[in-house]
Amino acid sequence: MSEPDDKVRRVVAGAVQRHAGENGPLLEILHAVQNELGCVPGEAIAPLADALNLSRAEVHGVVSFYHHFRAAAPGRYVVQLCRAEACQSMNAQATETRARELLGVDMGSTTADGRVTLEAVYCLGNCACAPSIMVNGELHGRVTPERFAELAAEWGQRS
Amino acid sequence: MNAPVTVYVPADAGALSLGADRVASAIVAGASARGQNVNLVRNGSRGLYWLEPLVEVVTPAGRVAYGPVNAGDVTALLEAGLLEGAPHALRRGDIESLDWLKSQQRLTGARLGIVNPADIDDYIAHGGYIGLSTALTLAPAAIVKMITDSGLRGRGGAAFPTGIKWQTVLDQPVAQKYIACNADEGDSGTFSDRMLMEGDPFALIEGMTIAARAVGANRGYIYLRVEYPHAARALAKALSAARARGYLGENIRESGFSFDISIRLGAGAYICGEETSMLESLEGRRGEVRVRPPLPAIKGLFGQPTVVNNVVTLATVPVVLAKGAQFYQDFGVGRSRGTIPLQLAGNVKRGGLVERAFGLTVNQLVYDYGGGSASGRPVRAVQIGGPLGAYLPESQFDTPLEYEALSARSALLGHGGVVVFDDSVDMAKMARYALEFCAVESCGKCTPCRIGSTRGVELVDRIVAGANGSRAADLALLDELCDTMFNGSLCGLGGMTPFPVRSALKHFRNDFMK
Repeated sequence: MSEPDDKVRRVVAGAVQRHAGENGPLLEILHAVQNELGCVPGEAIAPLADALNLSRAEVHGVVSFYHHFRAAAPGRYVVQLCRAEACQSMNAQATETRARELLGVDMGSTTADGRVTLEAVYCLGNCACAPSIMVNGELHGRVTPERFAELAAEWGQRS
Repeated sequence: MNAPVTVYVPADAGALSLGADRVASAIVAGASARGQNVNLVRNGSRGLYWLEPLVEVVTPAGRVAYGPVNAGDVTALLEAGLLEGAPHALRRGDIESLDWLKSQQRLTGARLGIVNPADIDDYIAHGGYIGLSTALTLAPAAIVKMITDSGLRGRGGAAFPTGIKWQTVLDQPVAQKYIACNADEGDSGTFSDRMLMEGDPFALIEGMTIAARAVGANRGYIYLRVEYPHAARALAKALSAARARGYLGENIRESGFSFDISIRLGAGAYICGEETSMLESLEGRRGEVRVRPPLPAIKGLFGQPTVVNNVVTLATVPVVLAKGAQFYQDFGVGRSRGTIPLQLAGNVKRGGLVERAFGLTVNQLVYDYGGGSASGRPVRAVQIGGPLGAYLPESQFDTPLEYEALSARSALLGHGGVVVFDDSVDMAKMARYALEFCAVESCGKCTPCRIGSTRGVELVDRIVAGANGSRAADLALLDELCDTMFNGSLCGLGGMTPFPVRSALKHFRNDFMK
């Protein structure tokens, strides 16, 4: 683990301080760190462990357990494609195939220009309007491969 | 300008996903260009998702609905007289006179799509907080008795009697107790928790407050999945409003009783919908299941007695208190009392929220409400109760949607989600997916779930490939593996993954034999 730079140190300290009075605040703090830094970098683990009187292994264990937390900053657009059953029943697979083609990346990867991160998600709760995707927290329903291509054009991706 | 016309455009995530924000802006801008003031209300969804975005205009004759409205339709709609409720191809009239809605029995979702979810006065005007007022006049044991008498069982999936759970917490002689609302609605095909939190968040807040009063808790948490940012915003607004008006916080309504609620966000782990994993996660740890006993009702959050209920269960509590145990009990069949918000989704023409007394059949739901598949192809199967629920073939669509009838067919109701598949579905793929999902989402604490799911994926692959002539042996092995997962897993994730797998094997065996 590398030494945390000043920014990481500052963000961790701020998040810890804001949640200091709470019971079991680690997840809250991790959310705060990721909201500010775009990820929970490995170098944040040691200062978090120190501040919360936990072992580094415990903090790492929590960060790595949850799908939402990431170790590296994502692209400018985080595109989450739902892969759960309701979306499958409406042929979400076709959209996923189109997305991989268009962006030239696999699920869980970021485009070479650092613009778009493609991720799988298992249910966005929009099952009556399947297939669904979420882009930077914005939900889109009834996403066909064609609709996906239109959205990708808005993110500056051309096929 | 004329007196403002009130227009409802849902801010429900589903409606937003279909462009409701653009529709709302177009209406406001278009009306203002015509010199007409609009009082825009962002309601929740009524649950007729094939009509979303559903716009409703308040006229002297009542609310007039139009849908589905795209932003591109708005100019023509205004031209035709949208703001007066005039005729148009998209006009649906009084939405409550539509059979789809009229035939429903909405108790838990009574205010969905009707009220402004950010407005506590609107909530109160529509029967909100009557339940809490009643509760504040009763002794805790009397509140618990009402819930027990109502027959309410946990709507999250386990169907455990709510009153018995509350009684256990009430009986614990300690000062610190908690209410933990499970809002980690992770099952595919389910969205009623989300709709309630976005469309009627005060019902959940009131339900939690009544629960706290009943068992002697002073602190509540809503464990909300991170995939629901719209619900997080709606809840945060409602919590502030409730606090500002003395419905939360110190000395609620001058009763001497104090209770407050915080939202805690999950981080994308399906297992945290399991109650003990959720408690671990709430405490800031990995969401690994706890061995029971002790029950959370005795030793729950931070080691204290805790009521763990899901959103629909808690949001149903106010209506029981307001209208009485007998009123609620009178709905339903057998030991499934009251109403169940069924969520109809997937490949279906008219998907959405259908709240009815228990006992509606799958046929009625899929065909009468759903109108069959969205693709127009024959319906082949439904999955009920999320990724761990069984698949039913059409020959079993006469099954009533209630706990015991489904259980008799080795199926379960879970959180009431019903996902429709047409005849293009490959059921071997779906069985494989169930096992793969279990492998991805397993917390890893017990072997049957952690290892069994991975071995299961390999077995399905081998069976489908038909390699080495070992198909019969592999089928027997898969059956044994399901047995081990079912009987040996620590919690429902590993324990219930056999449901989709075995039902697919039983009813759609040919899909494995290609």
